[in-house]
Amino acid sequence: MKLKALSVHIRVALTAALPLAFCIGTAQAQVSGTSVKIGFITDMSGLYADLDGPGGAEAIRMAIADFGGTVLGKKIELISADHQNKPDVAASVAREWIDQQGVDMVIGGTNSGAGIAMAKVAGEKKRPYFNIGAGSTRLTNEDCTPYTVHYAYDTAALANVTGSAVVKGGGKSWYFLTADYAFGQSLEQDTAAVVKASGGTVVGTVKHPLSASDFSSFMLQAQASKAQVLGLANAGGDLINSVKAAREFGVTKTMKLAGLLVFITDVHSLGLQATQGMQLTDGWYWDSSPETRAWSKRFFEKMKKMPSMAQAADYSVTLTYLNAVKAAGTDDADKVMTQLKKAKINDVFAKNGYIRQDGRMIHEMYLLEVKKPEESKYPWDYYKVVAKVPGEQAFQSLEKSTCPFIKK
Amino acid sequence: MNPFDIPIQALLGQLLIGLVNGSFYAMLSLGLAVIFGLLGIVNFAHGALYMMGAFGAWILMDRFGLNYWYALLLVPLMIGALGVVIERIFLKRLYKLDPLYGLLLTFGLALIAEGIFRDQYGVSGQSYNVPDALQGATDLGFMVLPNYRAWVVLASLSTCLGTWFVIERTRLGATLRAATENPQMVQAFGINVPVMVMLTYGAGAALAALAGVLAAPVIQVTPLMGSNIIIVVFAVVVIGGMGSILGSVLTGLALGLIEGLTRVIYPEASNIVVFVIMAIVLVLRPAGLFGKEH
Repeated sequence: MKLKALSVHIRVALTAALPLAFCIGTAQAQVSGTSVKIGFITDMSGLYADLDGPGGAEAIRMAIADFGGTVLGKKIELISADHQNKPDVAASVAREWIDQQGVDMVIGGTNSGAGIAMAKVAGEKKRPYFNIGAGSTRLTNEDCTPYTVHYAYDTAALANVTGSAVVKGGGKSWYFLTADYAFGQSLEQDTAAVVKASGGTVVGTVKHPLSASDFSSFMLQAQASKAQVLGLANAGGDLINSVKAAREFGVTKTMKLAGLLVFITDVHSLGLQATQGMQLTDGWYWDSSPETRAWSKRFFEKMKKMPSMAQAADYSVTLTYLNAVKAAGTDDADKVMTQLKKAKINDVFAKNGYIRQDGRMIHEMYLLEVKKPEESKYPWDYYKVVAKVPGEQAFQSLEKSTCPFIKK
Repeated sequence: MNPFDIPIQALLGQLLIGLVNGSFYAMLSLGLAVIFGLLGIVNFAHGALYMMGAFGAWILMDRFGLNYWYALLLVPLMIGALGVVIERIFLKRLYKLDPLYGLLLTFGLALIAEGIFRDQYGVSGQSYNVPDALQGATDLGFMVLPNYRAWVVLASLSTCLGTWFVIERTRLGATLRAATENPQMVQAFGINVPVMVMLTYGAGAALAALAGVLAAPVIQVTPLMGSNIIIVVFAVVVIGGMGSILGSVLTGLALGLIEGLTRVIYPEASNIVVFVIMAIVLVLRPAGLFGKEH
């Protein structure tokens, strides 16, 4: 009985393996499975859901449609999931998708903790992994893999652009309010280094838990520090509540707020009255060229809000990946990665962008200032562009990267 | 930071902030305690009712131009009416069952409410401004206290005191308490117990909504504000003793203060300190600090 079962197994295995062996020898343009599958894992319902979330998924769908819906004759599919800001959930969804659903590429959205967890899974399983929403520079330093592309921004770029601009504008002494996890710590460290290098000082820091319910107590501590600048090393809902509390407790009268990661959805939600004059760094602004305006209008018709940097990056990442698959003639991870690292990226998100050996996508960053309510002429007219900073200046240089597989 | 290095002024400031947060805990846990004490329902929808209270204030302002003071009156009435509907449609079927069913049902309702608001308004939420009369701040010497926060403490403490008085010191309250001990007996005296229970749940919901309106100008009005706070509030109720009204109010205030101090001494622990205390209290006094051992 056992022997019979065993022989059946062997026969099944053989018949399954034979055609596969032929395929490898003959096919030119080859795609694993019946389709090219993109998996999108982000915060769909928590404090970061507005700046990426369902809007990000819509941007990816727009990119797939604009690409024509197929690549190398195979259908392009999208599946998405909510990681609820839990790294373990993000990692297990990514693992299941790659092992069982045959996902060819993973796009990781917001949250650095989740982003790093997914990078490890994708690296181990050898699948291209693009992160658009996480800020931590660990993705291209100690946690880098040959399969990770860190696409939209990182804490080093935010720190370089905002940090040096604020110190230059006279904000010499800093106090940090930091979200107590990978992203916040990374942002605080990077900014503190830039502040010190530009001749400023850091007088103190207070760490708050993610999704803190009340910021008033932290505001009192910031006020007591007598620093000139309050650096907000947090994001999304936490940033919004910090800015609100800072105004309520009169912190904004004595200190200048430096939002280190401010998305346009945050400014929209807080209103210009509360945010006017704040300087911030963004990797993209919807109202910066006729091309971005035209694309954003399409996005607005679907989502009823203007796209954030993360959502525009979702769109761009999808096109960049599909172009690489097309150029490589396969969805084989290693060949696609080689193709990606040679390509120039020119689309609505980036001009002459390129992916460096460590996985960092280099593109222009913007130093922006929030307009006064009376300067805003139409809905979502929120920013003045103060400076455009070339990618090579904004991002950490390759020499400084601690990524282990980079040959120096 | 070493607790002895903190300047006394900073300490006073933090204690006052703790008192403000404690008043929110007190108001929310009061509603929970009333509902649990009189209905035996572990009302997980309390956070959602609080969130809807805040959204109610925002919607009245945004759609109908009705200001904060109207919201303070109208929103608790509306959410209270919603509470009555929930009680009639769902909860009244559960009184004879294990309390776990009530917990699951209200938890499900909370998730549904949160989902609907998230779908409609997004998670970044809406800004609600402090009413004109309470704008500005008062310099107390050791800290600048926004006038609105002072009002929150005043409003919530008087609400708590009022509720406690009604339940513990009036005839209506006595009947209510009797009805929970022995519904058949009270019914036999010609009192309509089901209607009383229904109104109690409505009143609990109204209390949550009132806390929501009070919170709207202080924090961003978002669909997640309820679930961010509800777990802490449950811990408060457990520490105070399930069903003990005075206990939950005092515990709410005390934990606000302790949390405030933690934010100065070791801020990273500020979101778990309440649960550490809960664990200790459950080991030493399983019925809670003010609960009666059965």
